[in-house]
Amino acid sequence: MPVTVRIPTQLRPLSAGNSEVSVEGATVVEVLKALEAAHPGFHDRLFDETGKLRRFVNVFVADEDIRFLDGIDTAVGEGSTVSIVPAVAGG
Amino acid sequence: MPYVEGLRCRECGHPYPAEALHVCEWCFGPLEVVYDYDAIRAVVSRERIAAGPLSIWRYADLLPARAEGAVNLGAGFTPLVRADRLAAELGLGELWIKNDTLNPTGSFKDRVVSVALTKAQELGFKVAACASTGNLANSVAAHAAHAGMESVVFIPSNLEAGKVVTTAVFGGKLIAVDGNYDDVNRLCAELASEHPSWAFVNVNIRTYYAEGSKTLAFEVAEQLGWQAPDHVVVPVASGSQLTKVAKGFKELFAVGLLDEEPHVRVSGAQAAGCSPVAEAFAAGRDAIKPVRPETIAKSLAIGNPADGPYALDAVRESGGGFGCVTDDEIIEGIRLLARTEGIFAETAGGVTIASLAQLVRSGVVRPDERVVAYVTGNGLKTIEAVSPSCGPTVTINPTMDAFAAAVEIDPAGAPTPASSGAWGPQAHARPSNIPEV
Repeated sequence: MPVTVRIPTQLRPLSAGNSEVSVEGATVVEVLKALEAAHPGFHDRLFDETGKLRRFVNVFVADEDIRFLDGIDTAVGEGSTVSIVPAVAGG
Repeated sequence: MPYVEGLRCRECGHPYPAEALHVCEWCFGPLEVVYDYDAIRAVVSRERIAAGPLSIWRYADLLPARAEGAVNLGAGFTPLVRADRLAAELGLGELWIKNDTLNPTGSFKDRVVSVALTKAQELGFKVAACASTGNLANSVAAHAAHAGMESVVFIPSNLEAGKVVTTAVFGGKLIAVDGNYDDVNRLCAELASEHPSWAFVNVNIRTYYAEGSKTLAFEVAEQLGWQAPDHVVVPVASGSQLTKVAKGFKELFAVGLLDEEPHVRVSGAQAAGCSPVAEAFAAGRDAIKPVRPETIAKSLAIGNPADGPYALDAVRESGGGFGCVTDDEIIEGIRLLARTEGIFAETAGGVTIASLAQLVRSGVVRPDERVVAYVTGNGLKTIEAVSPSCGPTVTINPTMDAFAAAVEIDPAGAPTPASSGAWGPQAHARPSNIPEV
């Protein structure tokens, strides 16, 4: 089931400069594992030593923050987009 | 600017050059400006500051951009008002209001934007952009117009009419997004990756932008005769402002501008309809759980506050607390400040004053403290909040008889309602049509 992952500038050196990567996966954690398999290095940037997402990493599925869904176990539908987004200051 | 050594990740300490960078590529932590404090200490003095302009640029030695050629509409050096009547109502001894409603576009955002766009011009940017809950939109559009830069400003489409008009008038592109601020924020974070030639003041220029809020601490200390207050109350949206106010007082001591090490207790103010940081504080949690905002205080309606963890740290380590107030309390806070001190604040100011009252009641803010409350936005921007409960006391025909029928004058010379007359909305009417967020 192909899923599009949108990559922020800071991580594009890991994806050969690509802003989007297509991988397989039915949940966020599966998608991020597949991303690591395709482009090694992502895991350490996104997860801390305890295996949790780092506190300034935001992940969205179809533009919805996964913390309002099921966290990294959030289901990812076919053809949907997963965005990795750094935190932004206030406005 | 001459005193900036570079940038550093606040989480892992990784160093970066002083460019348009805001996120650590190793751990996603926010980047901070690193200063050469020894060099600053060698040049800075109270006299040098006193001889500077009446704006934030008098503190240029402690800012990350050059004062010469700054994008400057005159942000900063706003009044610090002794608030004895409000203090008496709240049961405080010494209370001051930092009246930041009196900035060029009516909010503290002029401080951060002046720094951000000055730095953006140094870095060669021609386009200024931002995600905004309104005040930042006003300020970016105005400063960009003044600097001859293009502007692209993104706001939630349900923003107060006043904030939409007062942004659009400056002539830049104003993009209203169907969603809340956190949606706008996420969109802009992604757009920033695709438009690296745009200076998103609170995305890729954030590191410099945030430093402008330190001037809220610098000014208060200078206006108190180079003394720090005992306790400050600061509104919290993303948490950046509170974090930088706390940092500002510490920096003044670090560079020798304060004689004694300050121990400023820092308390935060949030609306109950959007209080992720206050909730984490109350629960003793380190992690901030994002929320969906539901409050009239739209300028504070950030459900996923980027600097929330640092604001939480600053409040905890200083021995402060958090206020968390309802929409009705916010409106009463606006009206209390207005009727006791003659200062008309926007909803965020209502949050601050109502939180201050709450913190006094709970004993967190004490009567023996010298207290400063930061009122950071002008009430004219959010008249929707108080218009249901603020109107003419009475409406009469233009005759002496009509006036006499409506108003009696008491022996002390004050107008009072005539026995048969009815006073209008000033008489503590309940708000009835507060707009939904």
